[in-house]
Amino acid sequence: MTLKWFAKMLFVTSVLSPVAAHAAPLKVVASFSILGDIAQEIGGDKITITTLVGPNGDAHVYEPKPADAVAMTEANLVLVNGLGFEGFIERLAKTSASSAQIITVSTGVTPLIGEGEDAGKNDPHAFQSIPNVRLYVKNIVAALCVADAADCETFKTNAGAYDAKLAALDSDVRAAIASIPEAKRTIITSHDAFGYFGHEYGLKFLAPEGISTDSEASAAGVAALVDQMKSSKASALFVENISDPRLIKQISEETGIKIGGSLYSDALSAADEPAATYIDMMRSNVKVIKGAILGS
Amino acid sequence: MYSALIAPFMDYAFMQRALFGTLLLAIGAGPVGVFLMLRRMSLAGDAMAHAILPGAAVGYLLFGLAIFPMTIGGLIAGLIVALGAGAVSRFTIQNEDASMAAFYLISLAAGVLIVSLRGSSVDLMHVLFGTVLALDNQALALIGGITVLTILMLFIFWRGLIAECLDPLFLRSVSRLGTPVHFIFLFLVVLNLVSGFQALGTLLSVGLMMLPAAAARFWTSRVETMCLVAVAIGMASGVAGLLISYHFSLPSGPSIILNAGVFYLVSLLFGRRGIIPSRLRSQRHRTA
Repeated sequence: MTLKWFAKMLFVTSVLSPVAAHAAPLKVVASFSILGDIAQEIGGDKITITTLVGPNGDAHVYEPKPADAVAMTEANLVLVNGLGFEGFIERLAKTSASSAQIITVSTGVTPLIGEGEDAGKNDPHAFQSIPNVRLYVKNIVAALCVADAADCETFKTNAGAYDAKLAALDSDVRAAIASIPEAKRTIITSHDAFGYFGHEYGLKFLAPEGISTDSEASAAGVAALVDQMKSSKASALFVENISDPRLIKQISEETGIKIGGSLYSDALSAADEPAATYIDMMRSNVKVIKGAILGS
Repeated sequence: MYSALIAPFMDYAFMQRALFGTLLLAIGAGPVGVFLMLRRMSLAGDAMAHAILPGAAVGYLLFGLAIFPMTIGGLIAGLIVALGAGAVSRFTIQNEDASMAAFYLISLAAGVLIVSLRGSSVDLMHVLFGTVLALDNQALALIGGITVLTILMLFIFWRGLIAECLDPLFLRSVSRLGTPVHFIFLFLVVLNLVSGFQALGTLLSVGLMMLPAAAARFWTSRVETMCLVAVAIGMASGVAGLLISYHFSLPSGPSIILNAGVFYLVSLLFGRRGIIPSRLRSQRHRTA
């Protein structure tokens, strides 16, 4: 009985969904929390967002769940960061037999190339630079308009308002960084997530792990960081919301410099923490960085 | 010479801690590995290392990245599996290897399930892979305590352990200590794996236990000497691994274990009881 009912429901939904897509909100899957937030700002109530890697989650090493495959199958549109950020997404797209179009939102971004052990690889953390995110916004609007032409005007209006907020955020970040003396602009985090941020706003970030958290630190790497701290070339230490804090704690103990706080690198925080949206995340990071450097 | 071999350990506190930690680990794990090998349970170490996972995961989920809950959780899970498998093999028709496999697979599956319950948060597998470069005072104290306890227990139960390894039925026929000694030994195995997983992670901690022991067997047939050789090889692997990690910027855990692997291969070929010397000896016999 229940099985029959279930089969019937499956049949009904599978037949109806292409028709219903126009009336019901557009189903959008975002690969990780930051992208989900940005898409929600643009889509408003015209779309429903499913985020695969949630708040405080690490997309580098994420293992998809069946529910994720279901979300992919049902989606009208899938948004991914690209540049090798979501290692899991290609397999997931294949196994879920998703017919949705997969949009790489970082299209048009000039990629930074990793150094050292990551030589030759694209650094995927493009969203740490606000001009890049304004490019993301353009790509998302274009994709949403193709998928749902009827609501295109709404998307454009929302995007315009959000873009203005991003522009304001961008100039605030620049002003905050400008207040830090140039000699003190080198800092240490767990993994190389802030390349674009540093490149855009003139800070230097060092890290014991490479651009993916999926690598192990070497003694040479940690020793180099300790040297940087001791010769006061690096002025502050930070842990990240998504990575193992033990190495940073060890460096802090060795050099006697206190950990300046927690930065949000590859994921937003839970709703009750200070980085629940992309804009809050950037403000929180800049505030923590500035506080730690100028306070020391 | 000084700058290549000694300076890294003089200049950096984290290198000193890493060195201290691996040396302590080698002292405890080497002899335990030798007995595991003599007891023909070399793969049991690997199974036990997996069995620790759910306990450590529960500890982490309940208390965060704190060393004692994770250690105690791992210890409990490891002991349940070790004692369960040991008891099943003692009191039923099932062999020890099969019951060990059954228990550790159940434990591993439970561990993976618990890990995925937490799902998207800080990747738990990552947390479970310790790093020898981030040993803090608590971790060192834990490793040191476990090593001291291991050595003490080995001294107290030495004769029983040897009898248990060589002829368990004989020991059980002459003494009531047979079964307790076996369980004490399994307890030591779990303890050393738990202490190793702080530094090397669940999977690599077995390496520092088994590889030096397997290498030592090519040098001597006396158990005492074998334990000492295993400890020496474990220590040398630790020092060499850390230095290589430092000079060639390679990850430390795998460097240490690969060094132990090199010691094993060298012993296999050139050890007193290894391939080449024993070939030479047997040829001499034939011509004589």
